[in-house]
Amino acid sequence: MEDQPTNDGCGSNCGCHGEPGGEPGGTSRRTLLKAAGVTLGAAAFAKALSPIVNWSRENLSVDEFLQKHYRELDKDQLAAVLRHLEEDARKNYGAEVTIGDHRPQKGVKFGYALNLSICIGCRRCAEACHHENNHDRGTNNSYIRVLEMQKGSMDMEHGNVHYDHPVPHPDKFYMPVQCQQCDNPPCVHVCPVEATWKEDDGIVVVDYNWCIGCRYCEAACPYHARRFNWTKPSIPKEEINPKQSYLSNRIRPQGVMEKCTFCLHRTREGQMPACLEACPTGARVFGNLLDPESEIRKVIDNKRVFVLKEELGTRPSFFYFFDE
Amino acid sequence: MFFGVIAVIAIWFLGALAMPWLQRDRDRPGRAFSDKVIGETLHPVVIHRPDGPPMVDSGKLDAHGQPVMVACATCHDTREPNFNTNGGAQLKEFHLGLNYSHGDQTCLSCHNAEDYGTLKRADGRTLEYTDTMQLCAQCHGPQFRDYQNGSHGGMTGYWDLKQGPRERNTCTGCHDPHHPKFPQVMPVFPPKPIIGEAVKPAGKDHSH
Repeated sequence: MEDQPTNDGCGSNCGCHGEPGGEPGGTSRRTLLKAAGVTLGAAAFAKALSPIVNWSRENLSVDEFLQKHYRELDKDQLAAVLRHLEEDARKNYGAEVTIGDHRPQKGVKFGYALNLSICIGCRRCAEACHHENNHDRGTNNSYIRVLEMQKGSMDMEHGNVHYDHPVPHPDKFYMPVQCQQCDNPPCVHVCPVEATWKEDDGIVVVDYNWCIGCRYCEAACPYHARRFNWTKPSIPKEEINPKQSYLSNRIRPQGVMEKCTFCLHRTREGQMPACLEACPTGARVFGNLLDPESEIRKVIDNKRVFVLKEELGTRPSFFYFFDE
Repeated sequence: MFFGVIAVIAIWFLGALAMPWLQRDRDRPGRAFSDKVIGETLHPVVIHRPDGPPMVDSGKLDAHGQPVMVACATCHDTREPNFNTNGGAQLKEFHLGLNYSHGDQTCLSCHNAEDYGTLKRADGRTLEYTDTMQLCAQCHGPQFRDYQNGSHGGMTGYWDLKQGPRERNTCTGCHDPHHPKFPQVMPVFPPKPIIGEAVKPAGKDHSH
């Protein structure tokens, strides 16, 4: 405890305790320090932070490290961050990519439905997701897990993802599970740094540059929908999907969480998600829940629809249904 | 007087509690909407239909090296139609080996014995090959209804027709009309086990 300051002060070794017994006359030391701080502050702060930046294994610029919360960037600052990230992709992967900032459309809330009577468990949706969202090739990562379930059971905890026989097996049905874009998302509630939130079109997103990788959200999600980047994703440059978005499929850094965003870089431009287009059986239905004429609303209005683990009160935007 | 002061303090205190709660949405990230202007015009939904009547490959090449394709009528115009044929095993020549499994339908339930270049509805009316969906819809009403509602048959393109077009299949784009049940396929893209995860014997786990 020999470093303990002996004088009264704020207790944080900041030098705010004055000279013992020193009476401020004219210019006090405190005023002097304040003035110096203001003058030097802006430039010195960035310089002072450089050691912290160096701790990171990533090659972060001070700008990138300091970036305020996503919402607070103005248009020019945001553009600078996006150009910087594109530069990173060029440097780290040799790929020319465009990273956009796709915002929600007014009057749109996305919903997704999946017909369990039709799905044959071929896993083409998981494969399409893998390529669309620039997942790590080494781990075959995908936002979609297809569970092989015993007919008569709805317990997803007993689903098997490692089936490798011709499908569909007559005794089984197949249930692809991805992020349910809950209206009451447990993953968002547990995030200690507000790096994940729910947007106005219902998509739960992650700011990969703000995420600290604590994995609380992964533990909180009852649908096992969140993934952690244990390593720097490895993708051959010719396989990288160059159409990217800040909050969705840009290549994630190591040590952050990622999740399905209903392909917001596509869907916020009016396109279908990649998993829907890849489905060879047409088991998937996507659309705007607020439009009473949309395909998704016709499913919800006319089919026997259920949500996964309804008892948890997560209020998913992802629905499952059977044909009659 | 005393109670007045207490009341003012209480109101101030409650207000201080309520204000952050009322403002909680203002601090939330991601509030900005897209400023893209979207028109009201709807883009088309293109359905991939068959081009016309099918042709049979004769197995021969013409002078230009192109396969010689034969219309159904080439053979069938001079033959008596057999209204009883209802299985693949009874078929001959070009149709040998056709995998047929579609209920108890006979060939001529759908094919038109008067004109093999067209199809025939249940009530006898002729139907062009480009309109096969009407033929299937005679029996498969729920599927046709779901197709029209967008929950059967799949699609590619745009969920929002104000922003772009959409493409859809016709029935026979996915189902072989002669054996319409989807065949079994091998699943693609097996997930790799996470370190520490116990993988059950693949495909042999029938315990639950």
